[in-house]
Amino acid sequence: MIDRNMPVTEEELHAYVDGELTPERFVVVERWLSAHPEDSARVAAWRAQAESIRARYGAVVAEPVPARLALERLLAQDTGWGRWRNVAAAAAIALVLGAGAGWFARGAFADNPHGQLAQPTAQDGFAAFTADAMQAYKLYVGEVRHPVEVPATDAEHLVQWLSKRVGYRLRPPNLESVGLKLVGGRLLPGPTGAAAFFMYESASGERYTLYCGKTRSPPTALRYNDGGTAGAASAVFWSSDDVAYVISGRGDRKQLKTVAATAYEQLDTPLPAGKSGG
Amino acid sequence: MASERTVNTFGQKVQAAIPALRRYARALTHDADSADDLVQDTLVRALRSEHLFQGEEVRSWLYTIMTNLNRNRRRALARRPVLMPIGDEDIAGAPEAPAGARDIARALDSLGEEQRATLLLVTLEGMSYRETAEIQGVAIGTVMSRLARARAQVRAFLDGERTQLRRVK
Repeated sequence: MIDRNMPVTEEELHAYVDGELTPERFVVVERWLSAHPEDSARVAAWRAQAESIRARYGAVVAEPVPARLALERLLAQDTGWGRWRNVAAAAAIALVLGAGAGWFARGAFADNPHGQLAQPTAQDGFAAFTADAMQAYKLYVGEVRHPVEVPATDAEHLVQWLSKRVGYRLRPPNLESVGLKLVGGRLLPGPTGAAAFFMYESASGERYTLYCGKTRSPPTALRYNDGGTAGAASAVFWSSDDVAYVISGRGDRKQLKTVAATAYEQLDTPLPAGKSGG
Repeated sequence: MASERTVNTFGQKVQAAIPALRRYARALTHDADSADDLVQDTLVRALRSEHLFQGEEVRSWLYTIMTNLNRNRRRALARRPVLMPIGDEDIAGAPEAPAGARDIARALDSLGEEQRATLLLVTLEGMSYRETAEIQGVAIGTVMSRLARARAQVRAFLDGERTQLRRVK
């Protein structure tokens, strides 16, 4: 009843045109318009604008969709990765310098193709680091809504931000060759400072994470940690160039090693001289 | 963990939105190729970050991605030293352009980026004020004030053109 006498606002005139009014106010506005020719002219002009816009662009929906927008095709090529690779390549330059030290680790892995990798010992420099990484994995792997702070759609920002906080130029590896896509990343505390945490996911929803940060430990070979119990998350870790890396996942050992080896190969970009030592 | 069934549903919803996304992109860019570039980037991002999609309205989410991408694109264009103005021939030459289409395209071009997006989302894409607010990441009040300013500006632009035409004749 109060509604009936309330003056009509400009907002309501827009809402009237856009079908956003309650039925009660709709009636009131209609009555108002019949008594206020200026407002009526405005409403008519807005409607004419909308009709012109629809007349100009509405036919686009009837056009055949060009082949380059076919979803199967986009899924197959995922062209957006081109830009992403450029970012990664730029970040890699810093890492290539002096990465040769990590190369003996390649040999260690190759000598133990059946997973006969050394278990970490208590005195190991980054047992604590691995423990933190596996905690992080367990905490976030089941997270549905917020597995990451910055999604991979914002990869450039993600890498810049985490690099700044962690203190070296990061380069999250591209693991598409083993069926994993980057979901995104977040910043986490590590035993000796900030750590970067990247999450990857397969088409079937398996998640793997890469946890990395600066370390004072000497370079080590790739090592396998089975997580203690059957079915628990396991991890492969290594360090080179003052950076420690932990790849965690719940897949079988072979799969985890494949993922870790792929990441390792990209992170420790080979130097030609290093190959003779492997 | 997305089952195959939900993946299919997601893909179907994305697929169904493509024609409308192309329409919105065309109105934003005034150029068929740039528009489809924008749609392609939107689809690639959507497919790649499907994991991050948590059951909101797929259509609104796609418009959100496109709106953000277009904002970045406009910024990149603005940094270029030479901006090609929308010439009469671009629009008047289009065979499907009906009478008045040239005027409305130029009127839209006279709007600020955010105002144009608001007006197009509401009038061309039929989004509610609430959906438009979500897509643009602003309050509903902001959507309403943008809409009011956009409509006033378009009206003034079209009135001005008519006045000029009369003067010339």
